[in-house]
Amino acid sequence: MTTLQSLRERASARGQSATRPAHTSAEEARRRRRITVTLGILAVLCLAGIIAYLTYDVRGSWDYAMDLRGRQVGSLVVVGAAVGASSLVFQTIAGSRILTPSVMGFDALYLLVQTIVVFFFGGTAFMMMGVGERFLLNTVVLTVFGLLLFRWLFGRNSRNLLVLVLVGIVIGSLFGSLTSLASRVLSPDDFLTLQDVMFASFNTVDGALLWVAAAVCAVGVVALVPLLRYLDVVDLGHDNAVALGAPYHRVVTLTLAVVTVLVAVSTALVGPMLFLGLIVANLARQIIPTHRHTELVLGSMLVGVLCTVGGQFVVGHLMDNGTTLSVVVNLVGGIYFILLLMRTVKL
Amino acid sequence: MITVRNVSHRYDKQVVLNEVGLTLPVGELTSIVGANGAGKSTLLSVVSRLIKPESGTVFIDDLDVQTAGDDAISRRLAVLRQDNRISARLTVVDLVRFGRFPYSKGRLTPEDHRLVDEALDYLDLQPFRDRFLDQLSGGQRQRAYIAMILAQDTDYILLDEPLNNLDMKHSSSMMTLLRRAADELGKTIVLVLHDINFASCYSDHIVAMRDGEVIVQGTPTQIMRRDVLREVFDMDIHVQDLNGVRLGIFWTTGAPVGPGPLAAEAGDTTRDEDGARRVAEPASITIR
Ligand SMILES: Nc1ncnc2c1ncn2[C@@H]1O[C@H](COP(=O)(O)OP(=O)(O)O)[C@@H](O)[C@H]1O
Ligand SMILES: [Mg+2]
Repeated sequence: MTTLQSLRERASARGQSATRPAHTSAEEARRRRRITVTLGILAVLCLAGIIAYLTYDVRGSWDYAMDLRGRQVGSLVVVGAAVGASSLVFQTIAGSRILTPSVMGFDALYLLVQTIVVFFFGGTAFMMMGVGERFLLNTVVLTVFGLLLFRWLFGRNSRNLLVLVLVGIVIGSLFGSLTSLASRVLSPDDFLTLQDVMFASFNTVDGALLWVAAAVCAVGVVALVPLLRYLDVVDLGHDNAVALGAPYHRVVTLTLAVVTVLVAVSTALVGPMLFLGLIVANLARQIIPTHRHTELVLGSMLVGVLCTVGGQFVVGHLMDNGTTLSVVVNLVGGIYFILLLMRTVKL
Repeated sequence: MITVRNVSHRYDKQVVLNEVGLTLPVGELTSIVGANGAGKSTLLSVVSRLIKPESGTVFIDDLDVQTAGDDAISRRLAVLRQDNRISARLTVVDLVRFGRFPYSKGRLTPEDHRLVDEALDYLDLQPFRDRFLDQLSGGQRQRAYIAMILAQDTDYILLDEPLNNLDMKHSSSMMTLLRRAADELGKTIVLVLHDINFASCYSDHIVAMRDGEVIVQGTPTQIMRRDVLREVFDMDIHVQDLNGVRLGIFWTTGAPVGPGPLAAEAGDTTRDEDGARRVAEPASITIR
């Protein structure tokens, strides 16, 4: 293998090497330090938010409050982290800052899968399964369908952003209609079961489900770790990634699998929150100006937790449940989405 | 050696490459020329396995690019596409470090860092090393991409329109750099160029494409002829010999620069003793 040795000698002959900085310049070191500090601050804020959520204005029994609020805040943390991690890496493999799993119709797919499962297995059989098994069944079915959906979406030549967004919206409403159609032909009992499963809210989080969800989420995030440095390259786009020898399709497929699982976890816990991932991932990219996914994913998970815990604190504690978190998220996120679209796509 | 055999490719129904066959010897600088849409970029993408062709094979030495592993190819061949839009928040040095990815998979050794610094030095990028890519001019960004390619330190380098966005000085120093990499380091370099005069001045070999086919190839002297260029570009280009280098006068169709209105403005046209026309220098102008 040749080296650039002789080219370098010429360069130094021109007197440029004399002032050559070390491998990491002071500027770069300063930037990296600032990112570390930002991540630290985010972590502290998350912790503060969790403590505030648990202890704010406790009336009556502490034990009862801690148990209930502990489960609530646990599910908020799981959802925030899962949505943060999955949305950020999804943006990377989709090659767009506007596309998140929810925007591509993933939440709607989840609801459809739930409905189909209840439809075929029957509500009673469905509820007879342990909460963990049910959850795992959903996740497996959803992963298969999700991978098929995304392969189909990204396998085609045209990668026109606007087309993909439109396809996502169409798929979302198509799945929505199918869901309501299927739920109409269910027996009333099955329908109630379905409602229960579809719109599990934080206020009544099942302890067992929370543990399963937390475990699956943790496995998902751990599975992401070896992919992170490949995602750094995939972020350069298909051509650059392939040219640099990254196993592009393998990375994309594995990442999609993890994303599918993470989205399933969060949707199973609290139902769809269409624009949460969009806000969280873009916010994280803004406050953590780097291309390294180790830091980006960590930051996005922290921002996610901060948004869900902070948001639910405001909605639940300060506004006394005057509205729900998903309504607030969809309102804020919807406006943000439109702004992003207008900035990116010249209509 | 790069061997392209019977490569055909279509987008939808449009044939973009039609039974292309080509061998490019080691250590030479080859320029691919041709009109827009001739299939140059597609050919480069096929050779660098960014696109899988409908039929045909490409070999880099003894490696079939479609079946050899990711590492094997990316350590032997580097490619820069025509347009690179990267949305990641990257500084120049971050980008150049990616050139070491085939070896280090993102965990750079001191040797990797050394090669990155050399590439930065060589493209005059040290002053910009910590700038984000979106804070650079088009030419500076292009140089950053090329530094990444150099840091990849491969025997084969494929560049699609590397002079895009470069000013005159950087264009000619880029070509000089590539020429030297071929001569001194034995690198095999394939470029898509739009300026036939750069191709003429710096290449060992010129490949001319038209409508998805290689219609002619040869040395610059063989290609830089009015009749050949007419076939390739569908354009009448006067070719002039300047101290042994052939230049195509493509700015004015079909003719050398004549005594137009500019000459008249500049002053009298006189004849040298050997009869060549000579235009008097216009009045001098102050340069700050
Ligand atoms: N991704 C694509 N989808 C459809 N057609 C394409 C695509 N890329 C290139 N083409 C078409 O293929 C032809 C050759 O393109 P290209 O190889 O880029 O030409 P060149 O680089 O010589 O200008 C053009 O007519 C172009 O329109
Ligand atoms: Mg091209």
